[in-house]
Amino acid sequence: MLKFLTRTRHHGKMDITDILSWLWLTLGTAVIAIPIAWAMLSSLKTEAEVNSFPPSLIPQSTVNTQVEGYDKDLSVWKWTQPNGEIKNVALVRRIGIKATVVDIDNPEKTLQVPTSEITQLKDVNFQWQNYTDPLERFDFFTYINNTVFVTVVATILTLLLNSMAAFALSKYKFRGKNAIFMLILSTLMLPLSVIMVPAFIVIVGLNLADNLWGVIFATVATPTGVFMLRQYMLTIPDDLIEAARVDAASEFRIYWRIVLPLCAPALAVLAIFSVIWRWNDFLWPLIVLSSPENYTLQIGLNAFQGQFSVEWHYILAMTVIALIPVTIVFLVLQKYITEGVAGSGVK
Amino acid sequence: MKNLSAFLFSILDKFMRFIELPTVYLQKKIGVQRMGYLFVAPNMVLFSLFVFLPVGLAIAYAFTGGTNMLIWDRPFIGFENFSRLLNCGSYMDPASCEFDLFWTAIHNTWWYTLLNATGTLVMALITAVVLNRLTKGKALFRSIFFYPVLLSPVVVGLIWKWFLARDGLLNSLVLDLGGERTIFLLEVWWSRFWVVYVSIWFHMGFFTLIILAGLQAIPRDIYEAAKVDGTSEWRQFWRITLPLLTPNLLVVAVLLLIRSVQVFDEAWVLTDGGGPGTANTFIVQFIYQTAFSSEVRLYGLASAASVLMGLALLALTLIQVWLAKKAEY
Repeated sequence: MLKFLTRTRHHGKMDITDILSWLWLTLGTAVIAIPIAWAMLSSLKTEAEVNSFPPSLIPQSTVNTQVEGYDKDLSVWKWTQPNGEIKNVALVRRIGIKATVVDIDNPEKTLQVPTSEITQLKDVNFQWQNYTDPLERFDFFTYINNTVFVTVVATILTLLLNSMAAFALSKYKFRGKNAIFMLILSTLMLPLSVIMVPAFIVIVGLNLADNLWGVIFATVATPTGVFMLRQYMLTIPDDLIEAARVDAASEFRIYWRIVLPLCAPALAVLAIFSVIWRWNDFLWPLIVLSSPENYTLQIGLNAFQGQFSVEWHYILAMTVIALIPVTIVFLVLQKYITEGVAGSGVK
Repeated sequence: MKNLSAFLFSILDKFMRFIELPTVYLQKKIGVQRMGYLFVAPNMVLFSLFVFLPVGLAIAYAFTGGTNMLIWDRPFIGFENFSRLLNCGSYMDPASCEFDLFWTAIHNTWWYTLLNATGTLVMALITAVVLNRLTKGKALFRSIFFYPVLLSPVVVGLIWKWFLARDGLLNSLVLDLGGERTIFLLEVWWSRFWVVYVSIWFHMGFFTLIILAGLQAIPRDIYEAAKVDGTSEWRQFWRITLPLLTPNLLVVAVLLLIRSVQVFDEAWVLTDGGGPGTANTFIVQFIYQTAFSSEVRLYGLASAASVLMGLALLALTLIQVWLAKKAEY
């Protein structure tokens, strides 16, 4: 590891620039990772522990035990006796600096000890209920369902419609082709934030308000997708298409059976992006959807954190759920994603 | 799994054959080359409905008043929406304006844009330069720095809200170092600082990648020659890298400005809707609230604000196109 870290372009010698570089990378990694790791760790804590301060690093919970003669479970504490002996005791009550404890093995006898001599015993305990409870008690199962539906349908439509447009713009000659291409590219400069009010009015006009299809239809035509696929299709030789025409294949069949399979690499990149875009979409679904049974995960999570702002153990667990799919996609396909972004300047 | 996908594909293929039938008929009628219209049509219909028509509607609505949604029920009021939005005693003082929230939002957005764009540019540049000198581990660190870009604004907002909470990790560290416990997101200046910080944290990786691509386009032999001459790496950066990267950086800077002006999502989640008070209320939030979440839905006023923001973005975009053209030569 050390050898790896100290390996530089000047063999064997580490100068100040190298040190500063590694410092920057280490610091940057920490700044990026710590808040995420912290949210993940906290999402596995019990409600009581999430709300305790100062916070503990690892999810733990208190250890409780049943003691004969007491109705309720008592918490277990570690008692460091003045003579150095350590013993586990159960706490009955504590008043000020005095605590009444009971010997677990010998429950008849209660002892009075100063609170400074006892510390509460804790066990590492991952609270997986934080993940299952919101699915059962709240609508998160519906939210996830809706998000998966929107993501899958919108991605399939994006691939189909954008590739059709790209096919037309790369392989046909028709009047107004360049104008159409420029129009499509110009939509890159019209962000949703500028047109959100009238776009919503259009949705209302189409009777798609508070409807998942309203979320889907407005997002499937993407200038990025058309542009990316068009550039790729330009590299497909026209002879291939001519040959198919000679064999009397219809234009639609040429698109479906020849051009589309040849575009698989570009389609894959667009599919990755589309899945990430649609999974993460926020502003547009926020405008279109109004009833909780139609919320996507992002909207539902945002609404939940506004309504139950103290239930951080649930909020964080659902936050982790919302970031997991994107994280898995990234871990598996990071090369294509970073290269796609660097190559086309879109995200 | 393989069987399943083959099965799904065969269904899709049957479906496509079904769709093919009418297209064959059409192809006979209009000829091969005009089939292009057919292929581009679905996309153009959606673009027309959700981009081109809204642009027209935004302008049309901006000149109408009232609270009706349908355009023919709305009275034409000329420039009244604009003049009311711009009605100010002094543009420096939002309180003197008829719509003080609009001007507060403009002031907030202005400062946010300035700080966020500068901060992101500097951080992304440093990171890109550092990544570019790596010989090993470049892909790994590139991925680490890019990862936050892929998260959703809600996720980012919530992760940081938790980190900065009263009982959060940061407060615990601050206390350990002998500082005072602060509710960061409820203090005006702290919350503004953290909104900018979180934005830089969120989007920096994207701009790092773009700058990195620019760095890799600089010919290696220039550096080799400089090294032969014994030029220090520090000097190489100022004398070679920076001048050659400037056209690229200018394009990135304008792109950053365009993105910053549209700040909304993560800031909204992080600050519980632009708080404390209106300390983090930005223009997009003003438009959103005016049109969707206030008691009276003022579509005309919101559209007028959208048009004003659109004009600002258009100006920035034209600058960007001009700079990008210049950078190519």
